[in-house]
Amino acid sequence: MSGDPADLSIARAGAALRSGELTAAGLLDAVRRRAAATEARLHAYLTLDGAGAEQAAAEADAAFAAGRDPGPLAGIPLAIKDNLVTRGVETTCGSRILAGYRPPYDATVVARLRQAGAVLVGKTNMDEFAMGSSTENSAYGPTRNPWDTERVPGGSSGGSAAVVAAGSALGSLGSDTGGSIRQPAALCGVVGLKPTYGLVSRYGLVAFASSLDQVGPFARTVEDAATLFEAIAGHDPSDATSYRGPVPEVRSGLAAGPEGLRVGVIKELAGEGSEPVVLAAFRRTVQRLEEAGASVRELSLPSLAHALDAYYLIAPAECSANLARFDGVRYGLRLPGDTVEQMMAATRRDGFGPEVTRRILLGTYALSAGYYEAFYGQAQKVRTLVIRDFAAAYREADVLVSPTSPTTAFRIGERVDDPLSMYLADVCTIPCNLDGGPGISVPVGLDPAGLPIGFQVLAPALGEAALFRAARAVEVLADFTARPALATSEVA
Amino acid sequence: MPADLDIAKVARLARLALTPEEMERYGAQLGVILEHAAQVQALAAEGVPPTAHPLPMLNALRPDEVEETLDREEVLAQAPDRQGPYFRVPPFMEEE
Repeated sequence: MSGDPADLSIARAGAALRSGELTAAGLLDAVRRRAAATEARLHAYLTLDGAGAEQAAAEADAAFAAGRDPGPLAGIPLAIKDNLVTRGVETTCGSRILAGYRPPYDATVVARLRQAGAVLVGKTNMDEFAMGSSTENSAYGPTRNPWDTERVPGGSSGGSAAVVAAGSALGSLGSDTGGSIRQPAALCGVVGLKPTYGLVSRYGLVAFASSLDQVGPFARTVEDAATLFEAIAGHDPSDATSYRGPVPEVRSGLAAGPEGLRVGVIKELAGEGSEPVVLAAFRRTVQRLEEAGASVRELSLPSLAHALDAYYLIAPAECSANLARFDGVRYGLRLPGDTVEQMMAATRRDGFGPEVTRRILLGTYALSAGYYEAFYGQAQKVRTLVIRDFAAAYREADVLVSPTSPTTAFRIGERVDDPLSMYLADVCTIPCNLDGGPGISVPVGLDPAGLPIGFQVLAPALGEAALFRAARAVEVLADFTARPALATSEVA
Repeated sequence: MPADLDIAKVARLARLALTPEEMERYGAQLGVILEHAAQVQALAAEGVPPTAHPLPMLNALRPDEVEETLDREEVLAQAPDRQGPYFRVPPFMEEE
């Protein structure tokens, strides 16, 4: 076969495994060679599970040899964000407070990928407890962008985006609370999906903001993202917030094309707030959709002006409650103390980095007596207005579109001392988490510096069929085939 | 920072043993963020119900059946300190 197997899509690798052109062991080897060639510069993985991956690859090869077919992910090397627990494999959430933690169970999504025969290569770097937009908030050092190693990969799932761009995994899982899958996907030139809230189990996802968190995939193609989505979606009795109805069927829409699709351009996210080059790529893509037969109109969602502020009250409030569990008692770091309270306060002071500390303080304040109504209560009302604005817009359109990120990848260190400017990186992605519907980012081009630009598609809750149809149409029209030099130059 | 932001009290509630310098730094940063976030209060939202959860789901119930649980030894193996089958912690009650 021509080219390096590490650069194959999941679909093509699956076909090669079935035709006998490729073995799962050989594919794993190619991916690990790519990781060995790039990790010193990227630092996208925190832990590699060598023995586990080899065993899974051997099992996939044995299954194919015996004429069994465990399904489209059999033998496919995938990476897992380090806030999804993996039995016996270190899971740190990018935090010092969980250094050395080996969970006693697998997250449901991890178990489902294993059952599907996937080869789990390792755990990917992330902003500590998924709080950040650049992967610089990891206690273990930043991940770098495969397109320009002086720049961030986005975040918080920056490692999961970078490995898919670099070829050190064919796909990966991340989590998205305010854009943590879609924004790094945009900055790394890959596809990233946040499914409908509740469609994918969160059992074994270390909780950040429970009314917003959702697990989703990264892949190099929209079709591969659909394959991963199908493997992980569906009700889980272990997650009381998981949706009990059927999973939307998405595959048939992939070939439907944009003709007749009603596309709404979100006025508040498609203007001055974005860099001119991002805006130009966005408008060019919208124009192509229209030329291909979609009906396009601009729609206004006025409450989005307050979405970022509401999010930065709701998410820290929920994080301050969720992260109370890290107290030095059951797992992770413990510092000495004369009383249990001193032990806990010392452990948390040393165990959490600055951004997590900042958000715990902010959330504790916003929830404290006398301020609850003015901050958290008011933010939840704004959330209602955001949901109403989305509902009204979806009466006029099947999908809504905007740039994924207002900028391409920024330089490492550029925003780290200015929390507000970092928060603005998520201005286009946050509204979807408040609404609960699905969102996806598809790469549509490069800026003059050679950095990828993402196009975001949103749909109403359980609207994954329209979402994937639109995303695939965008992918075909944009015809984005560029690969980072770092991935291609290392091919032997 | 807002005049009523008592950062020492917030840090105590959050069980974070911050140094005086850290309190000053985080207090200033929180002030800037809160000033921005307080803009949510400018939005007229009287009579608007709050949203706590994006899907209209209530009371997820299941049959009360005995199921597999995590292995106790595997769980306790992750604890910073233990005594037999228990997590061990410093004193949290004063002796009489």
